[in-house]
Amino acid sequence: MTALAQFRRDTDYIEANLSLVAPFVDERLRVKTMNVTVENLTKAFGATPALHGVSLEIASGELIALVGPSGSGKTTLLRLIAGLDFPNSGRVLFGAEDASSKSVQERNVGFVFQNYALFKHMSVFENIAFGLRVRPRATRPSEASIRQRVMTLLDLVQLNGLEKRFPGQLSGGQRQRVAFARALAIEPGVLLLDEPFGALDAKVRKELRRWLREIHDRTGHTTVFVTHDQEEALELADRVVVMSQGRIEQVGSADDIYDNPATPFVFDFIGDSSALPVIVDKGSIALDDRILSIDAKGHADGPATLFFRPNHVRLAGQESGSIVGTVTGSRRHGDIRRLELEVGLARHRCEIDVPADSDVSRNGRVAIKPTDWRLFPRDS
Amino acid sequence: MTAIAFGTWRKPSVIPGFGLTFGFLMVYLSLIVLIPIALLILRTTQLSWAEYWAIASNGRVVAALRLSFGAALIAAGINTLFGIIVAWVLVRYEFPGRRLVDAIVDLPFALPTAVAGIALTAIFAKNGWVGQYIEPLGIKVAYTSIGVVIALTFIGLPFVVRTLQPVIMEIERETEEAAATLGASRHQAIFRVVLPTLVPALLTGFVLALARGIGEYGSVVFIAGNLPYRTEIAPLLIVIRLTEFDYNGATAIATIMLAISFVMFLAINLIQVWARRRFGYV
Repeated sequence: MTALAQFRRDTDYIEANLSLVAPFVDERLRVKTMNVTVENLTKAFGATPALHGVSLEIASGELIALVGPSGSGKTTLLRLIAGLDFPNSGRVLFGAEDASSKSVQERNVGFVFQNYALFKHMSVFENIAFGLRVRPRATRPSEASIRQRVMTLLDLVQLNGLEKRFPGQLSGGQRQRVAFARALAIEPGVLLLDEPFGALDAKVRKELRRWLREIHDRTGHTTVFVTHDQEEALELADRVVVMSQGRIEQVGSADDIYDNPATPFVFDFIGDSSALPVIVDKGSIALDDRILSIDAKGHADGPATLFFRPNHVRLAGQESGSIVGTVTGSRRHGDIRRLELEVGLARHRCEIDVPADSDVSRNGRVAIKPTDWRLFPRDS
Repeated sequence: MTAIAFGTWRKPSVIPGFGLTFGFLMVYLSLIVLIPIALLILRTTQLSWAEYWAIASNGRVVAALRLSFGAALIAAGINTLFGIIVAWVLVRYEFPGRRLVDAIVDLPFALPTAVAGIALTAIFAKNGWVGQYIEPLGIKVAYTSIGVVIALTFIGLPFVVRTLQPVIMEIERETEEAAATLGASRHQAIFRVVLPTLVPALLTGFVLALARGIGEYGSVVFIAGNLPYRTEIAPLLIVIRLTEFDYNGATAIATIMLAISFVMFLAINLIQVWARRRFGYV
């Protein structure tokens, strides 16, 4: 037997027994997932553009987050994938199949709305069973298998025993889990979540976040969720898509996005940061004619914005070439103290972290030096 | 004693005014509703049970009651059916003249009912705009019970539409979208998701239209023809009895109407209470 044939046999064996390798996958809930391709989607509402030619590849089984401020087009993109809105141009592919001409009913997507959108006149059981009951007779499961599937899903979302309740009798977190189970009931190829935890309080959000990750690991759905909460996106998603004004700014893992922001917007939007307008001239950086003793890292000459994070800063004492500012505020932030400074002639605001026991008084002057920073070109 | 009894169910509240408003409620309700009805019932007690039964089982009275309640039920039913469509179109679609159409819905409220009755009679009479075409087909509207139903439908429509409009406005688009993503056709979404949530408002609208229909007099007397046993409504019969100075007869018919109406509305109310408790909303 050649080495190649042996290799093929081995990989076949591993593929056939993948469930042994991933013991947490629940076979009852495992579905055929698919990859989703978004090609050049453009959408305008009347004269207001919402998306400018957005393209995105979503791998099968991936958990991906669309994050951005309101008005960035993230929800529009999600609704276009679902078929709840139709693009002006561009197309959406599910697997290799063009879904553009398919109606929302035919796309077989699980959609979870921010405000749950449960059917309030139906019990929890009937809500979850709805997607199965509306199928044409030929493909509708028997009453017994509907019951079985609903019970399995109730188990999955940890709502056993509540199937006879009505949505009005549930808490917000419980309602959202019913909405999840209802979306999963139709064995969707893709799961789309629109700000799924937006209407819940902070503690429940945290709980449900962990729970969603678990569910995703167990069911393996290709999942796209929209959030304005960057922390949620970074914590939960395999990959994060940062959007702004109808365009994708950056796609990457949480590490990529946080450590290597591709654009000033991403640096500003993800994590805390300060931005100062500077001039780069022959490899040195000047703030209000003061040359800073930090390296331009090969950035081209001209106006630029200097970005740094509050924790990538050290106090500089009397060193020359430091950034000098007046302390205007001081907040305790866990183990550290966060200072607000006014820097330079134009009193640019910036934030730095110092040890909690630092002896800094209000209106005092401090000199700081970024230990890590990025420069982005600036207009004018 | 009363102070103690009060203390047990009246919870202290930062929003004052219960005593004053409750007192006003009782006085107002008594003056406007309870005292007149009490007088009506008191008047009836002058009759013996035998006399009362004789009036109640009189063929002409039974026929009039049957027409009044029957026509009102049919008319309220028709209004419920078409009221949904009218309210739905007015809320959900933007079209030129929408505000005008919306205002037209209120006309039956504002128009003196006698005017409505005369207008309807003119249209449906043998030589009227509509009557001249449908009468040769064998459909007689004016001076028949069909005419009664049409008059009651006319005056009842705004009740259903105005009750439904705010409720339809409150339906979240997302609920329908959710149904669509779950694979429901438009037809299924409407019949399984939208209409069931409208049921409480539909019942309320139905009750209001029904109540209006039962008591209606002005518009019906013109189009009905008022033939005893055939097209004579109960309110008209009461007026006839009064003009004959048969006050006992008039009050007896009135109390029968009151009793039937009360039982009907109580039943519908109980259904609504049950629905509210069951679904935890409305």
